[in-house]
Amino acid sequence: MKVAHYWHCFVGIQTREWLRFWQQRTRFASALVRPLLWLVVFAAGFRAVLGISIIPPYQTYITYETYIAPGLCGMIILFNSMQGALSMVYDRELGSMRVLLMSPLPRPFLLITKLLAMGVVSVGQVYVFLLLALLVGVEPPLWGYLAVLPALILTSLMLGALGLLIATWIKQLENFAGVMNFVIFPMFFMSSALYPLWRMNEASPWLYWICQFNPFTHAIEAIRFSMYLQWNPTAFGITTAVTVILALFATAGFQPQRTRILGGKLA
Amino acid sequence: MTIEARNISFRYGDKPVLKEVSFALISGGFHALLGPNGAGKSTLFGLLTRLLALQQGDVLMAGQSLKKQPAEAMRKIGVVFQQNALDLDLSVRQNLLYHAALHGLSRKQARLRGDLELERFQLLDRADEPVRKLNGGHRRRVEIARALLHEPSLLLLDEPTVGLDVASRRGLNDHVRTLCESDGLTVLWATHLIEEVRPEDRVLILHEGKLLADGAGHDICEAEGTRDLAETFHTLTGAG
Repeated sequence: MKVAHYWHCFVGIQTREWLRFWQQRTRFASALVRPLLWLVVFAAGFRAVLGISIIPPYQTYITYETYIAPGLCGMIILFNSMQGALSMVYDRELGSMRVLLMSPLPRPFLLITKLLAMGVVSVGQVYVFLLLALLVGVEPPLWGYLAVLPALILTSLMLGALGLLIATWIKQLENFAGVMNFVIFPMFFMSSALYPLWRMNEASPWLYWICQFNPFTHAIEAIRFSMYLQWNPTAFGITTAVTVILALFATAGFQPQRTRILGGKLA
Repeated sequence: MTIEARNISFRYGDKPVLKEVSFALISGGFHALLGPNGAGKSTLFGLLTRLLALQQGDVLMAGQSLKKQPAEAMRKIGVVFQQNALDLDLSVRQNLLYHAALHGLSRKQARLRGDLELERFQLLDRADEPVRKLNGGHRRRVEIARALLHEPSLLLLDEPTVGLDVASRRGLNDHVRTLCESDGLTVLWATHLIEEVRPEDRVLILHEGKLLADGAGHDICEAEGTRDLAETFHTLTGAG
């Protein structure tokens, strides 16, 4: 197999994902309602309760909306990745997965490309969200929109791989409600998405440590810092390392017989 | 191309599904894999397409081991699955381009090959329609055209006529047979419908994970002392 084969395959998978996105654009638009509700309604109600001091990467006092915007970017990716991973092994995407796995190219390459393609579509949604967030005064520096791109892609790959790993290996979590209760909400609430962790430390030190061990926290901090043009090596390092490990486990250990890709009942 | 399955056994947990199955497919021939539901046909297809990992035995495609050189072997196989594997919202051509890309074809090559196959399948005028608008028989033809894009030498079809009416079923079956003759394609057609098999076909009868018969349909009938394949099938499998 030559490099050109890999390239054609990569482009083909990306193209298909965008075509499907375009076909289902109303579904994707409605997926933006959730983070917008958090940003417009929840944040308005909550800002009165929570005082934000000046913490890096911010240089002045910020509104609560500004604080949670990076967390909500993470939330968009989190929901999409979990939903995408489940659809890969249980429902909507089964046919396309069968076709995908018939490719002679190595399976880890195919799966990572697929996760990346789904991630890129999520990142597109994040940018639409950020545009709408301008309306409530979330205004990161202009270059921040570009600087945040690697963090967003990294996050989407990390969560996509996590989703694939969970969907393949934990049978109890084969429906979205299960994943929502046992993965999405715990990851989201036990992170720095909605509150700075020093606040959490004041309230409960052990919860603070759980948040620190949650890779989603570091992904959000990587998004937050790069969006404000600051380099946070810890957040980036941890997110990258976790992404690599999860991607390896999710793709190298991938077994179609643990999914519905084969058709029929689960083994 | 010669295809040889050697001593394939497979179990789900403690439950054996295939027991030491061995056979060879003749290059350019139409082979029917006949078996009642639950005989192990889909498992065998899963193994041949690498969706399931081989536990015991191996498959050789033109001498190349599916275990040791999976990429080389996979390049030679075209697959039509039992369940629809097309994107219904995408157009016929977009579906074909996706598949071609997965096999490493450039966009230009893919369009060329796609149009050629569609023309052959009399579907070229529908290339830009979403698959959703096609009837069941046409969708299946698109799936076969797609499976042939990368010019495989072996076409695997897992109960491809499920859900089709009698006329479409016959049409599809005839069509695949002409491919054997015109392209020298080796075909393995799994089915539980005896009427899709002709007496002169090479027939493999699978029952409860074991290969009960392997040979030309009329030879098997002769050996079993039965009038036709239907009777042979019932005698061997006890299927009603």
